[in-house]
Amino acid sequence: MNLYVRKALKSPGFMVWLVLAVLLILVPVFAPYLAPHDPLTTDYVNSLNAGSGEYLLGTDQIGRCILSRLIYGGRTSLLIVFWVIAIVAVLGIFLGVLSGFLGGWVDMVITRITDIIMAIPSTVFVIALVSVLGPGLHHTILAMSLVGWTEYCRVARALVLSVKENQFVQEARMGGLKEHQVIFRTILPNIVPYLLVNITQDIGAQLLTLSGLSLLGLSSQPPTPEWGFMLSEGRKFIQSAPWLIIYPGLTIVLHVVVFNLLGDSLRDILDPRYVRKRNKRKELLKWRKEKVSNS
Amino acid sequence: MAEVFFVVGIIGSNNIHFEYCCCFLFAVKDGFLRERRGRAGIPQEEDPDLKRPPQNCRGRGEHDMRKYIFGRILFVIPIMLILSFFTFSLTYLSPSDPVTLKYERMGAVPDKEQVEKTKEEMGLNDPFLVQYFHWLGNVLQGDLGESYYYSTSVWYQITRRIPNTLILTAATLALTVLFAVPLGVLCSAYQNKWVDYLFRFISFFGVSMPSFWVGMLLMYLFGVRLKWLPIMGSGSLRHLILPSVTLAFWMASIYVRRVRGSMLEEMNKDYLTGGLALGYSRARIIWTQILPNSLLSVITMFGMSIGSLLGGATIVETIFEWPGVGKMAVEAISIKDYPIIQGYVLWMAIIYVTVNLLVDLSYQILDPRIRLGGKDA
Repeated sequence: MNLYVRKALKSPGFMVWLVLAVLLILVPVFAPYLAPHDPLTTDYVNSLNAGSGEYLLGTDQIGRCILSRLIYGGRTSLLIVFWVIAIVAVLGIFLGVLSGFLGGWVDMVITRITDIIMAIPSTVFVIALVSVLGPGLHHTILAMSLVGWTEYCRVARALVLSVKENQFVQEARMGGLKEHQVIFRTILPNIVPYLLVNITQDIGAQLLTLSGLSLLGLSSQPPTPEWGFMLSEGRKFIQSAPWLIIYPGLTIVLHVVVFNLLGDSLRDILDPRYVRKRNKRKELLKWRKEKVSNS
Repeated sequence: MAEVFFVVGIIGSNNIHFEYCCCFLFAVKDGFLRERRGRAGIPQEEDPDLKRPPQNCRGRGEHDMRKYIFGRILFVIPIMLILSFFTFSLTYLSPSDPVTLKYERMGAVPDKEQVEKTKEEMGLNDPFLVQYFHWLGNVLQGDLGESYYYSTSVWYQITRRIPNTLILTAATLALTVLFAVPLGVLCSAYQNKWVDYLFRFISFFGVSMPSFWVGMLLMYLFGVRLKWLPIMGSGSLRHLILPSVTLAFWMASIYVRRVRGSMLEEMNKDYLTGGLALGYSRARIIWTQILPNSLLSVITMFGMSIGSLLGGATIVETIFEWPGVGKMAVEAISIKDYPIIQGYVLWMAIIYVTVNLLVDLSYQILDPRIRLGGKDA
């Protein structure tokens, strides 16, 4: 891990995106200090304001400050996304490692379950689950987690299978390590970097899924500010007040872009396969040059 | 011939690959010579190896393929069964009670006796599995129950709307193929040139933007500001443009990257060099050799993205008031019309599973390595 940390500190791209991502996470954390207004206070005199000195990004149909709502909205959106990612990653990786490491009937059962969950279009699955459970924060998290873990499970299983046959795993066993120690000391350290890349890249995707759900009115309920739901409300005023849809959308895009780029730069650092592939042409050219100069 | 051996000399300087390169280059030479002769009107040489494929190999391949296709089709049955079980239990576990909902629709307040009677009539007192098999039997006959809200059969409501959804999906797919394949080829052919950077940049944003937000922006720009296109609704081709462009922008952004990626992977293989050495233009090799090969892997990804396309279509339909099944389902959620939601989930699952089956089977037919028994694969 130390090597990776050193590599990460050296890579300027990664550090830039990391700082930006941390800033984006800190904004909703310190929302009360940053937001100019209370996100729920209405100001009917200034409703549908296009943006002025007092309201930087304008106001919505009942005169609530959009900037403040965006800042507070991060609390709901990011909270849901991080909960989902945490649940999905832990559950998926646990089951994936289990199925890859144990094999046999455990593997078969887990693989079949993932196959079946993946046989339903995921958005449709989430919509169906939320519709039955009823909209709400916890139900959204539950539904998104139930669908999301399969991808991690598959990736973790494949990684474990590729690591398991290595000699150092056998050696660890011969050295007297118990099975769970083998998993924690030899297998997990080898697969965690790849999974970390997956997790970071998944944040953006989950944010998009969530905003789609809240657009349909299936996630948090009003008046709690939430980006997707703000879009859904702003849609009704598209003719007269386009800023109601422009700013929440931009906020979502900003977050997705930053987290996606963070994931990409993390992959460049952690995934040796990818770097090798990218430099294959260069290496080939170098190799040819050496050949020519040798002969 | 001299040129061939010259190339073999260069590429095959690594001894391990020598034999492989020879075989490969002779095959390439043969194909190209054949074509050149054909164009010049010279009669083809008879090649017994090409006319008669190895018999035993082919026989085994066909047998394997049939076995595979059969198994793959058979695999659909348990999946559909479990899906139906899942769909049924969704409604069974839902907190609201269909009897109360039914009376609420009628505007009546039933007493206890009436509720019990209706429950008995609707078969709600039966054990779970009995109810499930009863429901499954009805579904197999095309009876998905009756909508609480519309008071007509769910089957009728869905079949009335599903053509709209299919039109939207088909238009999206057509636009996606139309843009993603040429742009993907362009990006890979000019890798790390400005064209490549430009379209990668655009597609990066296409992937990062919520598709419905793009839809809203398009709606605002072309509908509200420029007044070129109708904002929402359906009925004419002009109504189809905005929703399908919205979905296609997102899909094409994904696929430009995928086509580019798999093209670059193919380009790293030796036959590009081989073809170039034989004097064929790069463009020609890219279009006739590399593109078909790389599309094979894109087709598999395509089956997977049908699911997200159907989900995305649900959201886009809601925004543009496009009267498809997605919009119907979203409306049904707010009024707790569970039979409609059931029907929707079931239909989407059927479409998704069928498309994936077709993709898997078409892969068998399109890829000769699999078709001929996987000897070279």
